[in-house]
Amino acid sequence: MFEAWHLPFMQRALLAGLIMALLSGYYGPFMVQRGLSFLGSGLAHAAFGGVALGLLLGGEPLWVAVPFTAAVALGITWVRERTRISGDTAVGIFFAVSMALGIVFLSLKREYTAEAFTYLFGSILAVTATDIWVSLGLLLLTLLTLPLWGRWAYATFDRELAQADRVPVLFDDYLLAFLVALVVVVAMKLVGLLLVAAFLVIPAAAARQWSRTFAGMMVGAVLVGVFSVVFGLQISLQFDIPSGATIVLLQALVFTAAALIWRRA
Amino acid sequence: MSRKAEYAVEIEHLTVRYGDHVALEDISLQIPRGAFVAIVGPNGAGKSTLIKTILGLVRPASGKVLVLGEPLERLDPLRVGYVPQFKTLDRSFPALAEELVVSGLRRAWPGRITRGEREKALAALERVGAAHLAGRSVSRFSGGELQRIYLARAFVRQPELVVLDEPATGIDVLGEADMYRLLEGYQKQSGATLLMITHDWEAAYHHASHVIVLNRRLIGFGPPERALSERCLREAFGHVGHAHTVALEFVRSKHV
Repeated sequence: MFEAWHLPFMQRALLAGLIMALLSGYYGPFMVQRGLSFLGSGLAHAAFGGVALGLLLGGEPLWVAVPFTAAVALGITWVRERTRISGDTAVGIFFAVSMALGIVFLSLKREYTAEAFTYLFGSILAVTATDIWVSLGLLLLTLLTLPLWGRWAYATFDRELAQADRVPVLFDDYLLAFLVALVVVVAMKLVGLLLVAAFLVIPAAAARQWSRTFAGMMVGAVLVGVFSVVFGLQISLQFDIPSGATIVLLQALVFTAAALIWRRA
Repeated sequence: MSRKAEYAVEIEHLTVRYGDHVALEDISLQIPRGAFVAIVGPNGAGKSTLIKTILGLVRPASGKVLVLGEPLERLDPLRVGYVPQFKTLDRSFPALAEELVVSGLRRAWPGRITRGEREKALAALERVGAAHLAGRSVSRFSGGELQRIYLARAFVRQPELVVLDEPATGIDVLGEADMYRLLEGYQKQSGATLLMITHDWEAAYHHASHVIVLNRRLIGFGPPERALSERCLREAFGHVGHAHTVALEFVRSKHV
């Protein structure tokens, strides 16, 4: 049953999936508790615009998608902070514009672009060494920001209290949005544009059901992510069903079970 | 250190605008150290704007603000304790009471609480009679319990100035009496200055040493019996229906 784990592509898939579980488990609770669950989905659509531009220009689409998505994330944050437009409306606008740009970019490319579909549905089993290195780089970047966890969590709990204590909440909003954009771009290759938001939202929402502390919620989200990646990959291989979708369905199963077990009296 | 300024808050010609709207206009006042100041005024009078300016949350359009003798950008925030309205608490955020108190100590959310921090948090919770709530989730606390946790959060940093936004709203009469007892106890022990927004003229009259009557402009400032005069109240609340009668009744009840 576990022989397949000896295959290099499965090992790469597992490693990439586990890194993603760590990253999304870390950032997910911030998104969920800040009411920004929709941001992941919006950024994934933005990333698609970046990928399409990358495909049009030729070369590795990731290198265009990363700055493109990061710019959209900063744009969404700017609109949220500086205009009277609410967060989800800002996401909705950027999401649609980026998607429209993506469609135009793809139409400008003469040849058939099957690779674009990889990004739509993801292909965790076609993870390249580059993808692993990029994921590891992002993990390292996240480790470097660990000292900021306390102030991010503080502003997530109560923005005004954090501001009164001189926490640079505005700078942190941009930084968080930027880092989440990077996670989304990298995760998109693995699970696809359509499902990437689930990685950020479902493990965190599941862990919220039983967590009494924010740090506990984060650990719980990572554990749900790790569990769903390991068993999701195994199940997808065994039954020959798409791995990204299987992982997300497992996450949803954990969420449902948690919601039933820890439901409010 | 020469940080022991004579005044807890010094404001000179403060004007605050939100776009075209003038929230506060040409306010000048000096709050002596150790005072218990109540800010009263009708809705939209700029009471919240005034405390937010003092907390550094709102940038003035013009004027000068010194808190504990320091300009806001130089002020150590740990010298000020802020008690927001507990209604603003996000109950969906997973938090324990002791974490909330330690956040007041650390100016960040605690991932793991050290032994020293736990001891300080417990001492602060004990002071407000809420030590038994330390390890419990804040999401299910009553208004009175939450108010105590927020007071402990402010007290734990032993602030020289405590700023409270309508602290009595949403708690019962006994809870309110308890809260004033705790505030006055802290003030007596520490010599801190208290600055509180309230809609309750009675509470302002009985508990405060000074009252600020505000309606965008400063209408009155001084001891309650002077600031809560018929003239000031009528000027501040004049546009509110029945205000004249209510102000008159209030003032008469105090001067009979």
